[in-house]
Amino acid sequence: MLNVSIYRYHPEQDEKPHMQDFQVDTSGKDLMVLDVLFSIKEQDSSVVFRRSCREGVCGSDGMNINGKNGLACITPLSSCVKKNKLVLRPLPGLPVVRDLVVDMGQFYKQYEKVKPYLLNDTPAPAIERLQTPQERAKLDGLYECILCACCSTACPSFWWNPDKFIGPAGLLQSYRFLADSRDTATQERLAELDDPFSVFRCHGIMNCVNVCPKGLNPTRAIGHIRNMLLDRAT
Amino acid sequence: MAENISTMSFDAVVIGGGGAGMRAALQLTEAGIKTACITKVFPTRSHTVSAQGGITCAIASDDPDDDWRWHMYDTIKGSDYIGDQDAIEYMCSVGPQAVFELDHMGLPFSRTEKGRIYQRPFGGQSKDFGKGGQAARTCAAADRTGHALLHALYQGNLKGGTTFLNEWFAVDLVVNDNKAVVGVIAICIETGETVYVDSKVTVLATGGAGRIYQSTTNAHINTGDGIGMCLRAGLPVQDMEMWQFHPTGIAGAGTLVTEGCRGEGGYLINKDGERFMERYAPNAKDLAGRDVVARAMVMEILEGRGVGKNADCVHLKLDHLGEEVLESRLPGICELSRTFAHVDPVKEPIPVVPTCHYMMGGIPTNVGGQVLFPESESKDRVVEGLYACGEVACVSVHGANRLGGNSLLDLVVFGRAVGLQVEKSIRDGYSVKPATQNNIDVAMVQLQRLNNSKGGERISVVRTELQRIMQLYFGVFREGPSMRKGLDLLRQLRGQLQNVYLQDKSQAFNTDRIESLELNNLFEVAFATAVAAEARQESRGAHARNDYTDRDDKQWLKHSVYYPEEERIGKRDVNFNPATMPAFPPKIRTY
Repeated sequence: MLNVSIYRYHPEQDEKPHMQDFQVDTSGKDLMVLDVLFSIKEQDSSVVFRRSCREGVCGSDGMNINGKNGLACITPLSSCVKKNKLVLRPLPGLPVVRDLVVDMGQFYKQYEKVKPYLLNDTPAPAIERLQTPQERAKLDGLYECILCACCSTACPSFWWNPDKFIGPAGLLQSYRFLADSRDTATQERLAELDDPFSVFRCHGIMNCVNVCPKGLNPTRAIGHIRNMLLDRAT
Repeated sequence: MAENISTMSFDAVVIGGGGAGMRAALQLTEAGIKTACITKVFPTRSHTVSAQGGITCAIASDDPDDDWRWHMYDTIKGSDYIGDQDAIEYMCSVGPQAVFELDHMGLPFSRTEKGRIYQRPFGGQSKDFGKGGQAARTCAAADRTGHALLHALYQGNLKGGTTFLNEWFAVDLVVNDNKAVVGVIAICIETGETVYVDSKVTVLATGGAGRIYQSTTNAHINTGDGIGMCLRAGLPVQDMEMWQFHPTGIAGAGTLVTEGCRGEGGYLINKDGERFMERYAPNAKDLAGRDVVARAMVMEILEGRGVGKNADCVHLKLDHLGEEVLESRLPGICELSRTFAHVDPVKEPIPVVPTCHYMMGGIPTNVGGQVLFPESESKDRVVEGLYACGEVACVSVHGANRLGGNSLLDLVVFGRAVGLQVEKSIRDGYSVKPATQNNIDVAMVQLQRLNNSKGGERISVVRTELQRIMQLYFGVFREGPSMRKGLDLLRQLRGQLQNVYLQDKSQAFNTDRIESLELNNLFEVAFATAVAAEARQESRGAHARNDYTDRDDKQWLKHSVYYPEEERIGKRDVNFNPATMPAFPPKIRTY
């Protein structure tokens, strides 16, 4: 039996959060954390968490798993359980709605701030806008972000200034459009980032890189933006 | 008498924030129509995100001479001739424009050396109406096309300023005294508040329902909510027996492995290492229609040539493609395979098995997405105020078997078409008689029964049993006696379902309540599937019967229509009137 401890908070019933212990029979299988949550929901249907694709592409089930942010659906027990114990908490730094569900509003707001859409002031051609394979390759490692918030909620700079620091996820997307040969708004984009907080609160501690379930590297993207901002200043 | 609930008002409400819903919402918002998109998950968590291989469309990148009519021919043949030819013609001819719009929106397609969109071969594709060999017509963003498409559409909607009601669940349609749909009852999941979303028009874009089966590539959220809403409102659904089993789901996990793997040169082998598709489809081999490949795999397994501990799957071989091709063209597959099959496709084959993937049937609509009520085989009536697009709709471009890459095209082409049609209707002054309190009360019945439940079956128990019945009696191969047994079991299960117990009655983010409502929708889909499958006494496309092994064009070159109030199956004519060319007549379908 696996010992699982889950963060519980119900705004209509609890004054403050508490941890609740469950025991789950894994039949010795190396289940995913999400499978364990399904077993727990069968024991107690009031346990609440988000889930959708169950294959690591929709980004619904980001949570804090034995101290590290990750996606429940692609985290096998063998990679996280220590001393037969699994502790599940909501993503840190965001308000908790209920149990493992956090209010992602602040996270999405920072994403929207970077204008995460293609801007091009030339008339669209009758076919696609041409792009060489080399130009397209610059978007690899950027466009794959699933907005799970594992990175931003692992970032102390985002914890301290969630309203001013864009955070790793938002900045990764910012760079995804700065790097796109089809986008013509580079200067406007940079102008909007050029303040002490939006980008420069990143201190390069790389928590984001360590937790990204898709293996992406926001710190590197932030470095590219910094260089573009510095080039622009000189 | 229901409690008084608050009302929100819009000109158009789109239910579903996947590819079809967001494409429709974008069209409407850009037209300046007051629109809300209701979505039970944040839009980028919708199931479109899981589409991998690409979007099939004759954009003439790989082959400058490619012709949308060839794509149309392939799609009609793939549908086993019950796809509507006017709708297929529309999809294939408008497709290139819809795909270029996605590029302009920012979708990061993979590229050719010429800078154009990369296209890969997919199953069932040909040049020159089947006479010119394999085509490469599927536009791809590596093997993450659905993710790239869904995010691009969400980004386009952010740019356009669409109003989203994120994490809201649509419960039931509100129908006025004139039988027009005038909005929907919806729950804000975070607060638990129930609201009447009053709207001149309602667009259903709720996606598929693959969770009726035990083993499925579909996300947990694919519970057929739009189908459930229609059936409870007395509206019929079409071709519900037609479920696609994708040849390559990862054995055990059900996770999808794109057909693009075979498009890039991968192939299936049995325990003897034999490339068995050469026997079943000598020309197209591993790129035959999905129904053909899925059946061949099941035959291999049934005849004892499966692989694995229980010999219950076959192998998908990719290692000969080399690490470079795999990591550049199929990086997501490498990742999924390592995570869920514990296999590195660079070195070893992936164990795969046919897995429920796509609902070809759905709510009958015309090319503009208006929902139709078939009154006889040849006569339809438009259901005022109601539209549908994407997987929940049956327009029908997929007929009895969908071709790979055609679902993403369906989403954008018909999401867009619905937007255009609704815009026209509202500009022409479409107005409705407002809902009465009684109309709203009727739509609240389901929710109130659940909220008042005092004991009975547990949701998870009923759901597991439903999925077991569907898997066992309505799978890849079907026959009369076992389907009738399955139907009896479903009828018994309906009793338990009506007695399902909602333990958690609280308001905030109550997923137990949502899952109960979803279970009702799953059941409606499953039951319609079962009745339609038992009624169609032939084998066509994905519907393969051991007791009626041949296609019967005399009786069944027809859509099936399930009428919920009488639990009866009727027939409806297939469209053979494309606008710009003669129809493609039915032929024997071989690959």
